[in-house]
Amino acid sequence: MSLTLEETKQRNTDLIAEVLKVYPEKTAKKRAKHLGQYEEGKSDCDVKSNIKSLPGVMTIRGCAYAGSKGVVWGPIKDMIHISHGPVGCGQYSWASRRNYYIGTTGIDSFGTMQFTSDFQEKDIVFGGDKKLEKIMDEIEVLFPLNKGITVQSECPIGLIGDDIEAVSKKKSKEYGGKTIVPVRCEGFRGVSQSLGHHIANDAIRDWVFDKTDPNKHEFQATPYDVAIIGDYNIGGDAWSSRILLEEMGLRVIAQWSGDGTIAELENTPKAKLNVLHCYRSMNYISRHMEEKYGIPWVEYNFFGPSKIEASLREIASHFDDKIKEGAERVIAKYRKLTDAVIAKFKPRLEGKTVMLFVGGLRPRHVIGAYEDLGMNVVGTGYEFGHNDDYQRTTHYVKDGTLIYDDVTGYEFEKFVEKIQPDLVGSGIKEKYVFQKMGVPFRQMHSWDYSGPYHGYDGFAIFARDMDMAINSPVWALTKAPWKK
Amino acid sequence: MSQDAEKIIDHEMLFREPEYVEMFDNKKKNFEFAFPLEKMEEVRDWTKTMEYREKNFAREALTVNPAKACQPLGAVFAAVGFAKTLPFVHGSQGCVAYYRSHFSRHFKEPTSCVSSSMTEDAAVFGGLNNMVDGLANAYNMYKPEMIAVSTTCMAEVIGDDLGAFIRTSKQKGSVPEEYDTPYAHTPAFVGSHITGYDNALKGVLTHFWDKQERVPNESINFIGGFDGNVVGNMAEIRRIFSLFGADHTVVCDPSEVWNTPTDGEFRMYDGGTTKDEVKGALNAKATISFQGFSTEKTNKYIAEKGQEVVALYHPMGIAGTDQFLMEISRLTGKPIPLALEKERGRLMDAIADSSAHIHGKKFALYGDPDLMLGLTGFLLELGAEPVHVLSTNGGDDWAAKVQALFDASPFGAGCHAYPKKDLWHMRSLLFTEPVDLLVGNTYGKYLERDCGVPLVRMGFPIFDRHHHHRFPIWGYEGSLRVLVTILDEIFEALDANTIITAKTDYSYDIIR
Repeated sequence: MSLTLEETKQRNTDLIAEVLKVYPEKTAKKRAKHLGQYEEGKSDCDVKSNIKSLPGVMTIRGCAYAGSKGVVWGPIKDMIHISHGPVGCGQYSWASRRNYYIGTTGIDSFGTMQFTSDFQEKDIVFGGDKKLEKIMDEIEVLFPLNKGITVQSECPIGLIGDDIEAVSKKKSKEYGGKTIVPVRCEGFRGVSQSLGHHIANDAIRDWVFDKTDPNKHEFQATPYDVAIIGDYNIGGDAWSSRILLEEMGLRVIAQWSGDGTIAELENTPKAKLNVLHCYRSMNYISRHMEEKYGIPWVEYNFFGPSKIEASLREIASHFDDKIKEGAERVIAKYRKLTDAVIAKFKPRLEGKTVMLFVGGLRPRHVIGAYEDLGMNVVGTGYEFGHNDDYQRTTHYVKDGTLIYDDVTGYEFEKFVEKIQPDLVGSGIKEKYVFQKMGVPFRQMHSWDYSGPYHGYDGFAIFARDMDMAINSPVWALTKAPWKK
Repeated sequence: MSQDAEKIIDHEMLFREPEYVEMFDNKKKNFEFAFPLEKMEEVRDWTKTMEYREKNFAREALTVNPAKACQPLGAVFAAVGFAKTLPFVHGSQGCVAYYRSHFSRHFKEPTSCVSSSMTEDAAVFGGLNNMVDGLANAYNMYKPEMIAVSTTCMAEVIGDDLGAFIRTSKQKGSVPEEYDTPYAHTPAFVGSHITGYDNALKGVLTHFWDKQERVPNESINFIGGFDGNVVGNMAEIRRIFSLFGADHTVVCDPSEVWNTPTDGEFRMYDGGTTKDEVKGALNAKATISFQGFSTEKTNKYIAEKGQEVVALYHPMGIAGTDQFLMEISRLTGKPIPLALEKERGRLMDAIADSSAHIHGKKFALYGDPDLMLGLTGFLLELGAEPVHVLSTNGGDDWAAKVQALFDASPFGAGCHAYPKKDLWHMRSLLFTEPVDLLVGNTYGKYLERDCGVPLVRMGFPIFDRHHHHRFPIWGYEGSLRVLVTILDEIFEALDANTIITAKTDYSYDIIR
């Protein structure tokens, strides 16, 4: 039942009108602005974004703390990140994002640990600054190889008037200038994870860059130094990306922040080019480094061979012929692999439709990888995108693609029910809803515990995973034979 | 190039390919400015010492790897135990995203829950408007028969008054005047997830019961408490009560909503205690609470309403289950069914067959206070020695109860209870006083890695093994399952320790 473009557009319009009927009038009016479809030639996706979620609608969004501790800071492996406030936030975000790293956990690396000030009532009443000081002292005794501490504020911190900046300064001085970073990422700030990313970026600027002697580390710069910005190494993504950059002749001096270290952050201002994968979460620090240190930055996309190829050339264009040749060499080297992967999986996936709802860069970035496999993305939306994300999305989506910003549980369910895509890609909260409905699903935050999906090595896994989701024999058994 | 289209390898093996290993080495050497290996090894070895343990136990402020979560998580657990009930958490929205993810990772099921999405303006002016709009939206969109409200720490710190807010919302027409919106304040900075379960459950009972007159009858209420195995356990409890032929009400039962079929339909609501059942439960003769520490306030409230309350502490094994059944028998006046007596005999049979493999084995266990009491009792019964029993959300009163179990058994000599301690404390205990097996939730795998002690997964959450929550650990049948799980781990460890050809494999026996 493939629809013409006009029929698709009419279906989308009708579908949006239909889901809006469930809401009280005021809510329907507000939600209407977040639902739309892409019209060929437009410069955005016809939706409003980065606006407060409405109460009670079952938004999929998280909070600023999740954006700072969970995304930006948490993966820096040789620092200790204190979840400052009650126990829950740190507990629920403990090791759940699969930011892979190499290190001896608990001794020189701390990524999969949960450090919390476990606030009690007395801390709320009398303030937690004294406790925070003591926590830092205890960290220094028990974890002597930590390279720094961050304070990830949970909601109460900003409400009870604690001065974590003063505590951080005092303790940093006491420990001989140790990097201690207070982060004001209380969960109630902003409208989603997004502000947490921004606050975390600013904290790196103010408490790492501005407070570190640029010659702290013995560091010989080369003309080919780049930093990977905005790759969280989920399932090893940054590794399967780094290897390509190195193969083309570049030297990756830092990973932000998957498998990253404080030394790498500190040395990044010495890079010749910042290559930015997740624009949403780290454009801020990239712009800052451009302004302050004159480091240009370039966005790239390492999902699927078409985009990888274009990205390698784009990155190389900032360097000399040696690197340009390197890029061509890498592209040629991996072509055999990607051709084989596509030859194997495309016949099984050709024409299949996908609906996405994810965060960060993925609602647009993964579209090319699906298209490389002959699949079509018919609906997409951002958990916490801004208008500039939706503008960038226009380069990826086709005419008539359904767009849903900050989708509610109800809307998403109705859209999928009506459109019946062959695959939904979203998060853990959505996964089982759609699988119950008999729709194949892949988690596109955690790669459903698989990955990496970045780079050529990652694309092979991506293709196999999409095939195993869609073509699994289980979906044919969803309905009992006597009910068919 | 590490991949081959015909043999695509996962992260597990991909990053062991030589080109990646070389890349990691270069990254570390050139850019990480890490401490030298010798320094790392020196500190690592130091963390295994008694000296480190003493410093570790001297901690007063820092918590590392705790085995507890916060109140509203438990409130959501309690709320979904009621029929067609939508949990509504008043406060920041990120919290709700976390609770939903956390439950879904454990149960591999959807968890529906909404937030009032309070932001900075609500922090200044209070969250009344969020409540008014949130209730209206949730009511219209998800058509629940009841909305159970709890709070995040944000709403608690600014002092939002749920009772008043809900009244105002009703006046403004968010939901009908007579619509059921039980509520509970569940500050994250008090107690843990079990406290939240307790408060939310009491909130539901209070909502209905305070408007009613009690007319006592002969039925029995059962309350399970916060329980990671709820899906399997509740079915087992219902089976046991049915075998008794006892008139009973399970108060708060999320076992069906976290166990819906994949048949083409998503059920946001399924099963759960109905409103009529909750109302009827006031008239029960008595309430059995399976996890006393999970229901302290609820138990007190029920007792005040005139019911006998029997607080158990997660009874398991022979004596524990005996006690549970004898309480049902005493309260109902019905004899213990022969079918259950036979099950008891079968569990006994299994224990007799296998106890030689468990006898004298040293265990470390951690988790919620009730589960720890039940497991400790069962292990002592098996002749095992639960030498470290730790609970982050158990207090001194809990530790005294564990000590009483130790004191009552010769196998309890030299065993200790550790209240309000975390898994970093446990790490020190495991290095300085090693054990044969560790029992706890998924996070214990880091201890398994660091200390080399095999982990038996039990408790909440369990993210890295699938479907165990579908099976009971309560009753004789459930205890049998626990026994088998422990035995499997013991045999696996024995096999792993004897598997080297021509060196240790003389003991690699095919009959054990």
